[in-house]
Amino acid sequence: MTSIFRKFYFFLIALFLALPLIVVAGVSINEKQTLAFPPQGFSTSWYGEIFLNPEWRNALMASITLAVLSAALAVAIALPLAWFLWRRVAPWANIFQLLGVAPFTLPPVITALGLLTFWATAGFYGQPWTAVVSHAIFFVTLPLVTLSLGFTSIDRSLVEAASTMGADERTVFRTVVLPLILPYIVSGYAFAFVLSLNEYIVAYMTVGFTMETLPIKIFNALRYGYTPTMASVTILFVTTAAVIFGLVARFGDLPKLLGAMSSDGK
Amino acid sequence: MRREPPQTIGDYAPLLFPAAMLTIFFVVPFGTMIAVSFFQRQQGGFYTPAFVYDNYARFLSAFFGGVLGFSLMMAIAVAICCIVLALPFTYMLTRMARNVQVVWLVALLSVLSLSEVIIGFAWSTLFSRTAGITNILVALGLMGEAKALTPSFAAVLTGMVYQAFPYTVLVLFPALVRLDPTLTEAARTLGASPLKAFFTVVVPALRNTIVATLIMVFIFALGSYLLPQLLGRPQHWTLSVLITDQAIYQSNMPFAAAMAVFLVLVTLGLVALTVIAGRKGEAA
Repeated sequence: MTSIFRKFYFFLIALFLALPLIVVAGVSINEKQTLAFPPQGFSTSWYGEIFLNPEWRNALMASITLAVLSAALAVAIALPLAWFLWRRVAPWANIFQLLGVAPFTLPPVITALGLLTFWATAGFYGQPWTAVVSHAIFFVTLPLVTLSLGFTSIDRSLVEAASTMGADERTVFRTVVLPLILPYIVSGYAFAFVLSLNEYIVAYMTVGFTMETLPIKIFNALRYGYTPTMASVTILFVTTAAVIFGLVARFGDLPKLLGAMSSDGK
Repeated sequence: MRREPPQTIGDYAPLLFPAAMLTIFFVVPFGTMIAVSFFQRQQGGFYTPAFVYDNYARFLSAFFGGVLGFSLMMAIAVAICCIVLALPFTYMLTRMARNVQVVWLVALLSVLSLSEVIIGFAWSTLFSRTAGITNILVALGLMGEAKALTPSFAAVLTGMVYQAFPYTVLVLFPALVRLDPTLTEAARTLGASPLKAFFTVVVPALRNTIVATLIMVFIFALGSYLLPQLLGRPQHWTLSVLITDQAIYQSNMPFAAAMAVFLVLVTLGLVALTVIAGRKGEAA
């Protein structure tokens, strides 16, 4: 009885989560440029369109470049900070941990508006690199939380042993700490990468008038009507996210990563 | 190697880059925004440094009060719907086999990472006349003819619940994983039905978690800035939409900044409440 109830409930939730995506997937294979479901005819040309149409291709390239660079910068900010907080007793330094988590906790429009006024005042408004810095700050929470978790899971006696054998700080970091922390660096990077790829408001407010990322392109296209390319891009994005998170789960401990994410990260 | 206080100035070196980045690109922009909220607006989208309360005084209008009231009501509705759906779901999920859990977590993360633009587009397609669910109902003979379900309040609510549901599950997940399974076992041994055990043992044991999660989902829903635009009518716009609209389309930065500062205060107040709720949980 309960097992039937559980299966039914899970089925309903799965349906709720999947239904919009199923319809979008159906729409994306329409033969003509119509918004019809069930699809009329079959064509994969709308997937080709993402790569062949220069506008969509440029947006895709802009999004990927932005995500690759900003996720790297986010990790570069989070790694020394998380290491320092693990290695040293310096309670006041926790303020930076708090600053790292804040942009993600507040409604995104606030971070976006803050950065917009900042870049406008500083005179860099609209430069592509400002989007990289903005996204790195906005998403620094993710690598920071995964790395903090990673450091707490390191057995300190390993580090102590290396140190007793004469390894200096640098050698200990390179030969002991780094290999142990690497999976957490990779998952932190992956989380920041996927979210940056999908982010709209911060990108729009910082570089929206000079550069089009894919979410901005979809939104702009939506205002002028419908094209099936939006549907194919959506499916491409969902698949990318699922593959990346699937890989994180395959090579890391996803329940553990998420178990700590909310308790430290809020 | 034990944790030790920094000995020399050199020991602080790793902190330099993160501290500088977070200060320059988060604290300073935040300050800039607060400063701009007191600036004087000029015609044509510019603003000049000043110290006026005009932007805040506009809050006192009936229109702003209406938007604020609607935003809060909307966020509360989303938070309640999400908790009601997610609590039994997450509870059952944590009792499933590990590999099943992982598959669900990957799916939830994938939906959670979706852009609001994409969620908005997907639901507007699902609610559209030509490709929407009403076509299925027509095919089943339950409806006369297909019709559009958007823009409407229900469409905005559905879209926002869709967006916040994975977040709710992921926030509840750690607390439910740690919940002592012997609690329910004891209830079951004493003859309670699974449903009764859930409502009389699990829910009360998690009271503080539920309150904290409600507030977090509420904040998350307050941040939704596109779904009310894509799925609703202008009267369904929330504070976040209004801020974006004022900043980008009306070019009224000082007013947008003032509203953003106000939204920060509301959010911080709620975060403080979450912390207090958490403290009480530890004390109990």
